[in-house]
Amino acid sequence: MALLEVRDLRTYFHTEGGVAKAVDGVSFHVERGEVLGIVGESGCGKSVTSLSVMGLVSEPGRIEEGSSITYDGRELTTLSEKEMRGIRGNDIAMIFQEPMTSLNPVFPVGDQISEALRLHRGLKKKEARGRAIELLQLVGIPVPERRVDEYPHQLSGGMRQRVMIAMALANEPDVLIADEPTTALDVTIQAQILELLDELRERLGMAIVLITHDLGVVAEVCDRVVVMYAGQVVEEGPVGDIFGRPSHPYTQGLLAAVPRPDRREGTLAVIPGTVPPPTNWPTGCRFHDRCPYAWDLTREKMPPLFDLGGDHRSRCWLVEHPERREEVERTRPVFTGGAAQ
Amino acid sequence: MSELPVADVLAAEPDEETTLPPSKGDSDLGGRTLEEVDPGDALVHVRGLKKHFPLRGGFLSRIQGHVKAVDGVTFWVGKGETLGLVGESGSGKSTTGRAILRLIEPTEGTVVFAGQDVTAMDAEDLQALRRQAQIIFQDPFASLNPRMTVGDAIREVLKVHGLARGEGADARVRELLRLVGLRPEYASRYPHEFSGGQRQRIGIARALSVEPEFIVCDEPVSALDVSVQAQVVNLLEELQQRLGLAFLFIAHDLSVVEHVSDRVAVMYLGRIVETADAEQLTRSPKHPYTRALLSAVPVPEPGRKRERIVLPGDVPSPIDPPSGCPFHPRCPHPLKDQDCARTVPPLAEKAPGQFAACIKEPAYVAPTGS
Amino acid sequence: MTDREREDHGMGRGPERPADPESGVHEPVEKLAPDAAARERAAHTPRPGVPEPERTGADRGEPTRADERAATALEPPHGGASGLATALTAILPGSGHLLLGSPARGAAFLFAWGALLAAIWLGWEAISGVTEAGSLDDWVAIITLGLGLLAVWLGAMRDLRGAAAEDARRTAARHAGDDPGIQDRSGDSQWSIAARHFRQNVPALVGLVLVVVLYLIAFMAPLLAPYDPIAQGDLTTTGYLPPSGDYWLGTDQFGRDIMSRIIYGARISLAIGFIAVAIAIILGSLLGAIAGYIGGKVDAAIMRFTDMVMAFPRLILLIMIIALFEPSLTLIILVLGLTQWPGTARLVRGEVLSLREQEYIQAARALGFGRWRIILRHLIPNVLAPVIVAATLGIGNTIVLEAGLSFLGMGIQPPTPSWGTLVADGRQNLIGAWWVATFPGLAIVVTVLAFNLVGDGLRDALDPRMRS
Ligand SMILES: Nc1ncnc2c1ncn2[C@@H]1O[C@H](COP(=O)(O)OP(=O)(O)OP(=O)(O)O)[C@@H](O)[C@H]1O
Ligand SMILES: Nc1ncnc2c1ncn2[C@@H]1O[C@H](COP(=O)(O)OP(=O)(O)O)[C@@H](O)[C@H]1O
Ligand code: SF4
Ligand SMILES: [Mg+2]
Ligand SMILES: [Mg+2]
Repeated sequence: MALLEVRDLRTYFHTEGGVAKAVDGVSFHVERGEVLGIVGESGCGKSVTSLSVMGLVSEPGRIEEGSSITYDGRELTTLSEKEMRGIRGNDIAMIFQEPMTSLNPVFPVGDQISEALRLHRGLKKKEARGRAIELLQLVGIPVPERRVDEYPHQLSGGMRQRVMIAMALANEPDVLIADEPTTALDVTIQAQILELLDELRERLGMAIVLITHDLGVVAEVCDRVVVMYAGQVVEEGPVGDIFGRPSHPYTQGLLAAVPRPDRREGTLAVIPGTVPPPTNWPTGCRFHDRCPYAWDLTREKMPPLFDLGGDHRSRCWLVEHPERREEVERTRPVFTGGAAQ
Repeated sequence: MSELPVADVLAAEPDEETTLPPSKGDSDLGGRTLEEVDPGDALVHVRGLKKHFPLRGGFLSRIQGHVKAVDGVTFWVGKGETLGLVGESGSGKSTTGRAILRLIEPTEGTVVFAGQDVTAMDAEDLQALRRQAQIIFQDPFASLNPRMTVGDAIREVLKVHGLARGEGADARVRELLRLVGLRPEYASRYPHEFSGGQRQRIGIARALSVEPEFIVCDEPVSALDVSVQAQVVNLLEELQQRLGLAFLFIAHDLSVVEHVSDRVAVMYLGRIVETADAEQLTRSPKHPYTRALLSAVPVPEPGRKRERIVLPGDVPSPIDPPSGCPFHPRCPHPLKDQDCARTVPPLAEKAPGQFAACIKEPAYVAPTGS
Repeated sequence: MTDREREDHGMGRGPERPADPESGVHEPVEKLAPDAAARERAAHTPRPGVPEPERTGADRGEPTRADERAATALEPPHGGASGLATALTAILPGSGHLLLGSPARGAAFLFAWGALLAAIWLGWEAISGVTEAGSLDDWVAIITLGLGLLAVWLGAMRDLRGAAAEDARRTAARHAGDDPGIQDRSGDSQWSIAARHFRQNVPALVGLVLVVVLYLIAFMAPLLAPYDPIAQGDLTTTGYLPPSGDYWLGTDQFGRDIMSRIIYGARISLAIGFIAVAIAIILGSLLGAIAGYIGGKVDAAIMRFTDMVMAFPRLILLIMIIALFEPSLTLIILVLGLTQWPGTARLVRGEVLSLREQEYIQAARALGFGRWRIILRHLIPNVLAPVIVAATLGIGNTIVLEAGLSFLGMGIQPPTPSWGTLVADGRQNLIGAWWVATFPGLAIVVTVLAFNLVGDGLRDALDPRMRS
């Protein structure tokens, strides 16, 4: 059984402007010691998915009936807030998108790490402080004995993110959910953080769910990838398959849009348009209004997640109708200029 | 878990000068410097540009120091050319772009635009410059006045510069919106009704309304998703070809800069540490920082495990930059020694047309007689 | 397009996500995205048997069927129920609404119309005698009354048309079975969004109605007040009369009608609140904007001065100034206004400082706009929102402060009726004649509450972060 398993997760926000189906039937699983990447454009529901797993969705958001999240065989959606608090930070920890705002500015970072330890472990103040220093050292903060007493504003963005990771690691969680842990950082600092996550995974055997919209990051650190679009999983599979033989046009478009140092010529391929608002997902295949292959069937009927074998799945009618792909590609080039294969 | 060794690569404290190996005497200070090169008839020529922001504090806001945001930068942009400017946040890219347009007053140095010295311009000349040189901003959500319709925002520019009025202005607004790929009917809408990519197009349309020759693009795609980023990058390239524009393209993402630029300049702590033809820079970087930057860009190709150079520590503060080579506390160069902390490396030619500010890289000596 | 129309068009969208995504972009540059252009052409080829999804057309910003329906629905309604309703409303505003099935709005219009008619009845003496013996006061009151009647009548007619159009549009949309939310429309400004949010805030609306009623009462005081507020009656027969049919809110020690005094007192309180706050806002905004935009030494000087004024306890300052001079209405307004600006100055300076760094101000400079154009067209409209909120809340505070001063005998001097002095009068005999102090006190509470409700509502509506 998978360590963390999400099945048919639906998280809706019941707002004035209608029901925002931010996450609408998402399933995935993570095994021990594995890094799962979740990618997709802004507004596809990546963050809401991770908040749902943590039980941190707030009003007007709701995890709908029929959704299931199991950790180590335990159903999380039916737990009380109190039981959930025991899991959060202890078994499943999370690093948030914004390193600048997710630390409390009025306490020294050491206190914030110790707090987590004293809460879940019942450590004494002194012990907790010693452990906090160890953790800071573990995440590569120089002179941790001094840094432990500093306030968040005295640290750089990269260091703050490392403090966040230290906090998340405090109770040696089995699952670490990292929501865009490097988006706000410079590339050289991003390289440090990615290196660190990789190292920690190897040493501690944690499962990591890495949410990002940077496909390069996914390629470098993930074992398996889930591609999200409009609140759904549109493709998932081992990282080699997703990058080597992407099946869904959305995945292909995303890959082709990345500028590559080794392919400087010509224009970049684009996916026209943007993600529609979650109150108003298109009918049929949700990608159809941006898809170069769209035809009648895609506009009317939502495709299921087709199994392509080898743990590779794709939510696209082209799997059943490969002739359509040829037909379109014969008349014009699709997603050229980038890495589409 | 507590017995685990430290993540040591990351933990290195910045080098003190004394911890560096003693001078080995293999430093190369030779080679033609960028200042000595005559670029011919460049559209924009920046020489020795500096901008030091006074750091105020205390009761009567006394000056307590300076942020050396830009510290002696030289480059040029030819007609219809794109110069990419990359660097980490805080390296002085935006400050450079704004100082060129005199949106902030440069502390030192000259900027020559189409033969005229921008730093010596009076209010009237500046007004004329605004018709030839424009800027596009990073944040598509903050660069448009939220209380003005898109049409009004563009019409205002046309009016201020006396370019068109009434019917003529309306027609021009429609034309500009069409040019950047937006529906002309959108003129009557407000900025908050558009997505990030659309807003960036509006910013571009507004900059184009004065028909400039040169545009500073300050991270125009950094806030956008890859798919949308590609749309905007393509639009800029298309417009450049059509209208013969010259760009100073600022970004922190090396892969985007490489894609759009003819030449690239890499900034670190207010200085240019390397500049070369975009392809040459990617293929054979000469400065250790450029090498690290290139290796840190994640490439969407899972199989290809490249050697990632992980730099220790953070970018130092531009208030009190390291002595000598500003990069020396983080530099992984095997030949690094005390010279690095003592000498400010000149931006010298290391290969034909490729200039790098590192004294440990051998200089290029042009064959005599040519 | 009427406001109500617009309100509905906005409903389908969240406040942040734009209505139409990037797909509204059409790519004229063929090279940009050959597939996009082809796709667009493909999307417009009629496909037999397959109804084209409504969304696509609307998203591309082309007029849709829903649009056309809305356009026809905007014509004034004629014939059938709506014709009768219009006729009824023309005679009795609000009655038409009852017929068309919006009883709440109908009742509101009927009530407003009735209240104004009651004012005519109450003040008939003054109205009929105005040509011979009318004072300026009477004229102001009568003109206000006339304008009030006109406003209610026009409001009811306009609203009825809107309701009918809405009704027609809804029906049409229901028949077509689609969502009337998405269609192309002209821009939706920050102000109109704020108005929409304000209209959905019931407490704020109640506050607004109260404020309007208060101002109407103040303007029409000569018509509404049944007695002279100042002339003393026969102390033995009319002093300290409890509330009754003759004296609705009772009389005071000197036999003066409390209700009349409260009505006249409203003029003093509201005038002081309004004018003092206006002085404070103008002065504060000017100083704050100068400090923020110019910066440097000017900023430092202005802000140190502001700090000094703020550091001084306001009430003590007020009492000192008033003790030095003869208290009068003008003095009190001036003093209240001149001690209130520092808050506004700080607020505006802060706003200007953050706006100055906004990229659109930078962009305006890069585009060669002059300093004054930037201040007038780009800075001020964006600072206005928080200032309006501060002003509304400030009026309530000032009214309380004035009442306090008058209560202490340092404000408006008797016999001029101000709410503060009225409460002070009742203090002498709280047990025996509770009504003397209670009703003016209630008036203060209701007024301040009304202004605070409006102020909070405005804050929620104008601040994008507060909108859910
Ligand atoms: N509290 C909320 N109320 C209403 N809608 C919400 C709320 N939170 C999120 N949403 C909507 O749910 C959708 C998914 O949001 P989410 O934050 O998961 O996106 P994301 O994929 O993480 O994007 P990003 O890459 O920008 O972080 C968005 O359209 C968002 O507007
Ligand atoms: N107005 C200012 N006052 C003081 N310091 C500034 C100002 N603007 C920028 N700086 C500082 O100058 C340095 C360079 O900034 P900037 O040019 O914006 O960098 P980049 O665009 O490369 O991220 C930073 O350290 C920044 O904090
Ligand atoms: S970049 Fe070159 S000069 Fe600078 S520290 Fe490294 S080796 Fe020395
Ligand atoms: Mg997110
Ligand atoms: Mg910048």
